[in-house]
Amino acid sequence: MSVVGHAPPPFFKRGPAPLVRLAFFVTLSLALLVADLRFHTLEWARLAVATVAWPLQRATGVPIDAAGDFGAYLSRQTTLLRENEELRQRQLGTANLLLRQDHLEQENKRLRALLDMRAQQPVEGRIAEILYAARDPFSRRVIIDKGSQHGIAAGQAVVDDIGVIGQVTRVFPLTSEVLLLTDKDQAIPVAVQRNGLRAVLAGAGAGMMELRFLAANAEVQVGDILVTSGLDGVYLPGLPVAKVIKIDRDSSYSFARIICAPLTGVERHGLALVLGSRTALPPQPDDAPVTSDQPAKGKRVKKKAR
Amino acid sequence: MQPTHSSRRILLPVRNWFIVLTLFLALVLNLVPFGRLPGIPDWVALVLAFWCIHQPLKVGMAAGFVLGLAMDVADASIMGQHALAYVLLAYFAAGWSRRVLWFPLAQQALHVLPMLFGMQIVMLVTRMATGAEFPGVLWFLSSITATLLWTPITYVLLTPQFQPEDKDVHRPI
Repeated sequence: MSVVGHAPPPFFKRGPAPLVRLAFFVTLSLALLVADLRFHTLEWARLAVATVAWPLQRATGVPIDAAGDFGAYLSRQTTLLRENEELRQRQLGTANLLLRQDHLEQENKRLRALLDMRAQQPVEGRIAEILYAARDPFSRRVIIDKGSQHGIAAGQAVVDDIGVIGQVTRVFPLTSEVLLLTDKDQAIPVAVQRNGLRAVLAGAGAGMMELRFLAANAEVQVGDILVTSGLDGVYLPGLPVAKVIKIDRDSSYSFARIICAPLTGVERHGLALVLGSRTALPPQPDDAPVTSDQPAKGKRVKKKAR
Repeated sequence: MQPTHSSRRILLPVRNWFIVLTLFLALVLNLVPFGRLPGIPDWVALVLAFWCIHQPLKVGMAAGFVLGLAMDVADASIMGQHALAYVLLAYFAAGWSRRVLWFPLAQQALHVLPMLFGMQIVMLVTRMATGAEFPGVLWFLSSITATLLWTPITYVLLTPQFQPEDKDVHRPI
């Protein structure tokens, strides 16, 4: 036996029984679970430990990064040339729009001033690199290489060159965590681009999204593009989000089951743009004006003469 | 020749710093960002189960709890999820250690497999109860990979305890 011949195992003083210890630690773990889920009180502890562990975490990523770099180094020159050519063509294609954008923005501002509408906020972005996907298999998060030191704040929207990726949920000093749109906990207010129908898009797992709470006869077609509606005050309106790929109109349910696929390679790695926070929307109107329209009890409503 | 109770080989005493070092290295290995690649073993669980089976008096539920908290932070999961799973793993591993160590290594691995599966199921239940999505059947592959690694990891972790093979005529065994 491996323990024979060394320090004898303690026969009498062995501390609490294993079951007692088990009960103690299980209770402690459950208490932590509840504290984190219900009250979100452990963010400071997470922040502290994550900051200490950051260099270690980066160090472990080095071999993976190096492997990726080596693969890229071996990619053939023809591939690079072709990619270069494609990019140049795309740049030329968009040059027309880009050159006129300034002019259009100015014009838009003037027109909006004329119409006395609230000016659209200019939003600055910050380019960040997606470092890696978080290891947690139950959620879909990625880690980006900009944190609170670079002015990132929780709640900011993250987009790439095609559309929305997700939202910053947790900020550490040098990195931050982005909850992807395909996560089950993530919901985003969208509008159908074709007809402006507003709805809420939520993650459905397995890299897909679902358009929730739309009536079975809602006017949505396969192939419709969904863009952000901007009603939440987080995402700018008009950013492309997803595409409808399957509609299941079962009349036994009151809602249609509409499955959508993200437009961007949400699960792909690369560069992303973290948009600055939008200023808060005006507070929602209270219910008070609505009730004041109603005739108060005991008062006679005078009918209009006409 | 095998490091089991039924073998005639006597091991040197384990060094405490070696246990701490291996657990720390397992934690570092767990930090390597593989993303959602299936079949990557949970190194911390494997090494924790190993030490709980081989040194139940030194490594137990307290170690599991602390390592679980570290993993919860590193994994960006809910605080307490790994802690709960590792504590239960440590309890069963330490409880079964007297039985498991009498078997040859392949059968030891077959004992470890249900422990690791149980640990994953505890995590699954914890997260599904809080409304997370099902990660897919392939996620359970990591327990099987870890089980296949039981033999190599036993030799690696017991290497400092092996004595030289040469016979000493003055010693009875």
